This record gives sequence, C-alpha cells and structure tokens, in this order.
Amino acid sequence: MEAILIPLGAGLLQAFEPLNLFMIFAGCLAGLFVGCMPGLGSVNGVAILLPVTFLVPPTAAIIFLAALYYGAMYGGAISSITLGIPGASTAVATVFDGRPMAQSGKADKALMAAAIASFIGGTVSIVLFTLFAPPLAAFALKFGPQEEFALMLLAFATFIGLGGDDIPKTIFSILLGLVMAAIGFDIISGQPRMIFFDMVEFQRGIGFLVLAIGIYGIGEMLWTLESTKGQVQMHSVNITWARFKENLREIKLYINSTWVGSFLGFFVGTLPAAGATPASLMSYGLSKTFSKDPDSFGKGNVAGVAAPEAANNAASTGSMLPMITLGIPGSPTTAILLGGMIIWGLRPGPLLFTESPDFVWGLIGSMYVANVATVLLNLALIPVFIRVLAMPFTLLTPIIFMLCVLGVFATTDRMFDTWIMLILGVCGYLLRKLNYPVAPAVLAIVLGPLAERSLRQSLISSQGDVTTFITRPISLTCVILALLLISYPLIQKMMRRRKMADAS
Amino acid sequence: MTVRTAELLMGIATFLISIGLMWNVYSDGLTIGWVEGRGPGAGMWPFWLSLGMALASVATIVRWFQGKTPESQSLDPYIHPETLFLVIVSALSLLVMLVLMNIIGTYLTLMIFMLFYVRFLGKHGWGMTMSFVLGAPIFVYLLFEVALTKYLPKGWPIFEEGFLWIDNYRWEYFY
Repeated sequence: MEAILIPLGAGLLQAFEPLNLFMIFAGCLAGLFVGCMPGLGSVNGVAILLPVTFLVPPTAAIIFLAALYYGAMYGGAISSITLGIPGASTAVATVFDGRPMAQSGKADKALMAAAIASFIGGTVSIVLFTLFAPPLAAFALKFGPQEEFALMLLAFATFIGLGGDDIPKTIFSILLGLVMAAIGFDIISGQPRMIFFDMVEFQRGIGFLVLAIGIYGIGEMLWTLESTKGQVQMHSVNITWARFKENLREIKLYINSTWVGSFLGFFVGTLPAAGATPASLMSYGLSKTFSKDPDSFGKGNVAGVAAPEAANNAASTGSMLPMITLGIPGSPTTAILLGGMIIWGLRPGPLLFTESPDFVWGLIGSMYVANVATVLLNLALIPVFIRVLAMPFTLLTPIIFMLCVLGVFATTDRMFDTWIMLILGVCGYLLRKLNYPVAPAVLAIVLGPLAERSLRQSLISSQGDVTTFITRPISLTCVILALLLISYPLIQKMMRRRKMADAS
Repeated sequence: MTVRTAELLMGIATFLISIGLMWNVYSDGLTIGWVEGRGPGAGMWPFWLSLGMALASVATIVRWFQGKTPESQSLDPYIHPETLFLVIVSALSLLVMLVLMNIIGTYLTLMIFMLFYVRFLGKHGWGMTMSFVLGAPIFVYLLFEVALTKYLPKGWPIFEEGFLWIDNYRWEYFY
C-alpha cells in the first residue's frame, strides 16, 4: 500500500503546481466545450489540440489532454440532454432518458444527475486505476517483444471480435492503418518503402497525427456539417439554488445505477476496441434490466441518465490503464495520447513507471484533481455551455479547419503533410459514410511501427523461428485469446443458426 | 449516386488501391519473403498486409452481391443533395486555402478564408465577420509564431518580405 500512497502523494503535489493546475482547468474547459459541441468528442479535441501542447513540458501536456478527455465525457451529456443530439458517440445512451426528461421540463435534474454520476464514475475508476496500474506495470516488465506483439495482435482482434462493425470493413481499416505506418524507411534494413510517385516527402512517412487530424478534424466536420443541417431544437434549462438543493437530495434515486456503471465502465474501458461508447450502452442496459421499474426507462428515468454517464467517465480512465502500463491504447483517444507520448520522447509501456515516475504519478494525481475540477466547472458553467450550444456551425467550422491545417503543419513543418491530411480527411469521410469504422485505422497507424518492430525483433532473436510466439506462456495466452476473439463472430453465427434449426 | 452504388465503387477502389500498394512494394525490389534465419524481409509487412486489404475488399464486394451489408440494399442518396453543396464547398475551400498558403502566405489566406466562410457561407453580420477576419491571424500569430516559434508558410518572396517588415517590430520592441 505504501508503495502506492507515497508516489500518489507526490503526484497530487505535482498536480497542484501552478502550471499543472492551470492545465487541468484549461483542459477541463476545453473538454467540456468539445464534448458539448455535437459531433466533436474527446478524440477530436485531443487530435486537434495535441500540436498546441508542444508549448509546455510533457507532464503538463498530458495533464491537459487527460483533463480534456475527462471534460469531454461530462460535456457530452449537456447536448444529449438539451439538444437531444449526443455531443459525442460516448453520450448516445444519455439521450435515451435525458431527452424525455428535458421535454418534461426536468433538464436541470438530468444535467445534475449526469454531473454527479460522472463524478462518481470518474472517482471510482481513478481509484481502481491507482490500485491496478503499478502491479500490472510490474508484471508487464517481464514482457519481451514476443509478448508485445501478441498483445497488439490481441488489441486488433478485439476490434474484429467485439467492435460490432462489418468485419471485412474492420479488417480493411486495421490493415490500411498498419500499411500506412510502414511508409518511409524500414526500421531494420533502412530500405525506403512505398515512396509513391518517387516523392521524397514520403521517405519520412505519414505521421499518425496527419491521419488522426484528417479523420477526426476534417472528416468529422464534414460529417457534422452534413448531419446537423436540420434545425436543432433546444430545451430551456431552469436552474435555481432551491432546485439545485432539491436535486442533490434525489441522488438516492440513481446511486445504485451509478455504482454499477462505474465498475462496469472501468473494466470495459480497459479493453481495446470497447471503450466508452459500448460501456455506456452496456451500463444503460444493465441498470434497466435490474431496475424495479424497467418500463420507465426511455421515458425519463433519471437512473437512465446516471448509468451511462458514470460508465463513460469510468471507461475513459479505464482506457488509460493499458496505455500507461502496457503501451497498448484502450481507445482511439488514448491511441493519440500514446502517439503524443512518443513525440514527447517517452516510451509508453511498463518501463514508464520506473523511468519517468514523475510523469506517470503526476498524471494520476492530476486525474483526481481534474475530476473535482470538472464537476465544479460543469455545474457552475451549465448556463454558459447552453449558450455555446447555440453557436452556429458556420462559426465553429472555420476555426476547427484552421487549427487542423496549422496543427499538422506545426508538428512536422511540411506543407506536404497538410495535403495528405486533406486527402485522408475526405477519404475518411467517404469511407465512414459507408460504415467503414475509422477508429481501428488510427489505432493501427499508432501501433503499426511498434508492432512491426516487435514482430521482427522477436523473429530475429529466435533466428526466424515462428514458434517463438507460442512457446512462451504469456504470449501463447494472448495468441489464443486473439484467435478466440477473431472467431467469436463466426461462433456466434453458428450458434444462432443451430438455435434457428432447433426452433424450426 | 445511391449508397448501394457507392459501396460497390468503394469496394472496387479499395481493391485497386490494395493491388497498387502490393505492386509498389514488389516493383521496388523489396524482399517480400522470408530471409532464412532472420525472419521477414523489409517488404514482407506491407506486401502481405496489402494482400489482406485486397482480400477484405473482395469480401466486401462479394457481400455486396449477396446483399448482406445494409448499405448494399440502401437506395438512399450517398450524400444528400441538400447537404452536398455545403460539404463540397467546405472541402474545396480547404483545398483553395492550402494552395493560397503557398502563394500569399498563411495570414492573408486566413483572412480570406474567414471572410468567405463567415460572411458568404454563414451569412453572419459584418461585426462578427470582421472579428473573425482580424482575430484569426492575430491569434495564430501569437500562438504559433510567438509561443510555439513556428515559421508558418509566408508564400512568395514579395509577401514574405511584407510580413517580415511587420514582424520586425516584434523583435525591435519586445526582445
């Protein structure tokens, strides 16, 4: 216990350093903003603002981005409730009951419940994170390149098995990301690869940020411009001190759903591919199943707002666990954070705890503070954010476009990358319209170089013997799990067919 | 174009791109096979993964013919005609922005871009428009040029010199 409490104390102290504290508040605010704008979520905010964080040292930068990740989970609820449009995909489940509550004039109650549930979800999962991270990292120190590769295989397999998207399209998306990551000089032989049209610019490869900003900045804005063309109808929110106190007393109505959502969210969040969106949907389903009054769900039950909100906040912290301890991101947002850490010169993975303890514990400490900061900012600023929601897209879009173009330019100093970003953004938009999942591609381009290196390192060390992946117990377990996950949709289909045959 | 047609065309396009990637790796003379005692060659990773992309595209096309994906049965327009204009204009305005940045530099481009987007697309008042037209370059200058010390594209020499003439005041009075 002491091994955790002492560094945690140091981390908390670090979080209270003026610069870091400022970054926490700035990150929460930015997160609340992107979270509540329909169409923009944590992943868009992190992708677009990552280049700007080169301004500050890495610890302050990741604190800012982690706070943004957090804030976005809170913010998503604001537009889900008042507009009936999820502010981010993670807040889809919040619409189910948040919208009917707003329609019956209880928007303030729903917003309060969302904020409090988010706070509990976030706190539970950061405590779990603090308890699990150090032992997991210590365990992961035993990993060699074989285990690393097997883990990445497992991460991609979860996308195929649990992603829920069209399987050939998911596979295409993963492979596209992996191939794009290979453009440029080969890390082992030094040979140039895939230099299209003999353009020397390709020798430096395509950075993950170019793809991430293209897809989550440009592509997402095109998508949002198209989907929100219709008029949005906003519900008024009635906030007074008396109602605030009354709402506080109603916590017991949804506290059980909140606990369930918090624990469920954390564990679902740690799985790659799963993350906050499925966690919130599962939590909603679960609390509906175990409710005494399941019929009231979907008609304005406050527990139906609390459950998904607790889960999506818990999941956002949960998805940081594999990123920090194993170097495998648990969500697209953490994939971008991981790429950022590589740019900052840190090597994500188990060694992070021993090599840069200040960074890790500063981040963990800041998450405790960020949680408190966000709930306060959120409750205090609800009226302001409702104003912001009324901001037309023709004002937001040019700002986002500008930040995308200059952000990409600022990371690499090349106009070439901004062109690639535009092309990838438009392609990503066109692919997304046909239900190609884009998140796996972003994850793959971040993990691609790491995966290829660990694959080839393990094969070189075993002198080309492929069985090296199945003779080591941890890597064997991962490979078997990955195979099970890949075949899971097939098994599911077979079972369904057998059931149908039995029925007939 | 309907979603149905779009999915088939996209399947064919992704297939051709995958084949193109494979050809690119192969024609560069990279080792796509196994190097005895060392494991995979330099071209193995991109080549075989591109093959996987090609197979995934074939699977999508086959599923299209079988009518298994929801998209292959949807007769909705791929991009709704009402929003097509906005999407195309936005994408084109970005294209023009990138071209202009190389010619007249970042700052003038931003002013034109904001004028176009806020005033002509958004139809906002002149007060709002001018605050964007003037605010954007100042914000960008302070954030990227001063704080992040990035030298943003300045365009042709004549525009670059004009900018440097203004930028000189910063060095003269603030450092």
